[in-house]
Amino acid sequence: MKDMTEQNVIKSTSLLTIEHLNISFTQYESGIHRRVLSVIQDLNVQIHTGELVAIVGSSGSGKSLLAHAVLDILPYNASMEGKLNYCGMPLTKDRIRRLRGSEIVLVPQSIGCLDPLMKIGPQLVKGRKDAASKRCMSSILHYLGLEEELSDAYPFELSGGMNRRVLIGTALAEQPKLVIADEPTPGLDPAIADRVIKYFRDMADQGIGVLLITHDLELALRAADRIVVFYAGNTVEEALPEDFRNESSLRHPYTKALWRAMPQNGFQPLAGTQPYVRDLKEGCPFADRCSMYTEACSQKIPYRALRSGYVRCLYAE
Amino acid sequence: MAKHWGQHLLKQILRVMLLMAATSIVTFMLMKLSPIDPLQANVGQNALGSMSQEQIAKLREYWGVGADPVKQYLSWAKDFCRGDMGISLLYRQPVRNVIAVKLSNSLLLLAFAWVMSGILGFLLGILAAMYQGRLPDRIIKGYCIIISSTPTFWLALLLLLCFGVWLKVLPIGLSVPIGVEAAGVTLGDRIYHAILPALTLSITGISNIALHTREKMIEIMESDMVLFSKARGESRWAMFRYHGFRNALLPAITLQFASISEIFGGSVLVEQVFSYPGLGQAAVSAGLGSDLPLLMAITLISSAFVFGGNFLADLLYGIIDPRIRRGGQHI
Repeated sequence: MKDMTEQNVIKSTSLLTIEHLNISFTQYESGIHRRVLSVIQDLNVQIHTGELVAIVGSSGSGKSLLAHAVLDILPYNASMEGKLNYCGMPLTKDRIRRLRGSEIVLVPQSIGCLDPLMKIGPQLVKGRKDAASKRCMSSILHYLGLEEELSDAYPFELSGGMNRRVLIGTALAEQPKLVIADEPTPGLDPAIADRVIKYFRDMADQGIGVLLITHDLELALRAADRIVVFYAGNTVEEALPEDFRNESSLRHPYTKALWRAMPQNGFQPLAGTQPYVRDLKEGCPFADRCSMYTEACSQKIPYRALRSGYVRCLYAE
Repeated sequence: MAKHWGQHLLKQILRVMLLMAATSIVTFMLMKLSPIDPLQANVGQNALGSMSQEQIAKLREYWGVGADPVKQYLSWAKDFCRGDMGISLLYRQPVRNVIAVKLSNSLLLLAFAWVMSGILGFLLGILAAMYQGRLPDRIIKGYCIIISSTPTFWLALLLLLCFGVWLKVLPIGLSVPIGVEAAGVTLGDRIYHAILPALTLSITGISNIALHTREKMIEIMESDMVLFSKARGESRWAMFRYHGFRNALLPAITLQFASISEIFGGSVLVEQVFSYPGLGQAAVSAGLGSDLPLLMAITLISSAFVFGGNFLADLLYGIIDPRIRRGGQHI
């Protein structure tokens, strides 16, 4: 644990910078017809030490792939372009392979990621048996509010919420600088989801950079330092949680629609659905649901700075 | 818990008894329907021609020709239930003794082949899956597919030709050296003679378990569990040691115990090729020679082995898999 002064110093340094990230899949259709499916376009995110950045988007927007790209565990038919920088140096594949699982850790989406035939304790510390790992194991269990006897249990003996905490524990067992949490809360009731999100907030407060990928905007607003809104493989807006107090301080029409859909802000759903990547056209992905659409929106839209945030919209102000 | 196990055991005992009854009836019926005339097969046309009607009637009685099948079966079953397997018509010895000798010969062979094919098959399957699509995988897969489509007896002939006839490093058959007194046969001699038949059985047994393990392991390699393991920076070896091994072992064990039947079946042909006097060869001669008591006993013992194998797999699964072992305790 780092004290407050050190924390404030490291807060300013950039940990992970993702610039112009594109991820695409190569697929074969009806036998030999090959097509390239672009799932993430021109993604830009920056995470500083001690900062929790939430990437919010609905299911199918390609959020999880971002986590996989940073850890170099994309499927074999996926390819990525763009610039990844970690601690000021390019994050090459060699470097990722050295850092993943130690400095850069993943909290995965599915509790199916746990080995069904390995006990919780060894699973937390990757099977290490030294005294330090044992101590680490019990302190993590204690921290997560799990009984120490559970280190001898198998995943099937734990509830879904407990297994989720075990997944978080796997991140804590290393001394990470960057934690990437891929949907850590689905299927949890609000009280437990709140608790889970608090673990990530605590990590950030201790100086760890946290990238939280979620579909739960409300949850993200409660813990994040910055919110990046993701729509159909595009980052459409980057905002501060404070910006979500009023619709007028938000930038992109999609974010505004999200805001209006929240229960306390009128609960108005937005007509239409997020386009499937296969049907995406050049230009703004939100075009066919937007009231401000013009001819110009079918061109490539730049991601520009606006009022201490970013937006990918020609008409946002 | 105890009640649960007691019920389970009772069910299995009932099952094995039904299996035995059904197997014995089917074997008996097949034997009776067999076109082989026991007298012609065992006494010979010429000898029969020179015999008196009385002598022939005596022989007919000995071989059970023309007897009421139902009566015959029931009297056999009654004796069998009392532990009396009868007298072998061919060997003119109690079936119990014949089987004891033949089984001890075969067991060496079967046990060796079973263990070898299990361990090698599992390891090759894992190796193939870990290098899926690459050279080791292609070699192992190719081997398995070729072997699965090769008849066991043909492979036995090939090995016999190679090691017994051309290279002359291994004996061409039998379980002991020719022209040596029974007392003078050493364990070394027995092992030396068992090598080729055991090798044949192992080679054919490997492919099944290797292909199944490969499939299972590929499934594991594509799971979220392994993806996460990769994200945690675990090496290929750690991935195998902590995740792959355990998860692939469970189905392999089931398969291996269930494959006892295949090794048993394979041994019949292999023993025939190598003139190896085991249970398999005894089964063939009992069948061709209409030795009803011996064939019935061999069939029943074989099915008991197969049942035992499946039963053990069932039990072991419960012991090894924590989801069944511990899960059962909560019920």
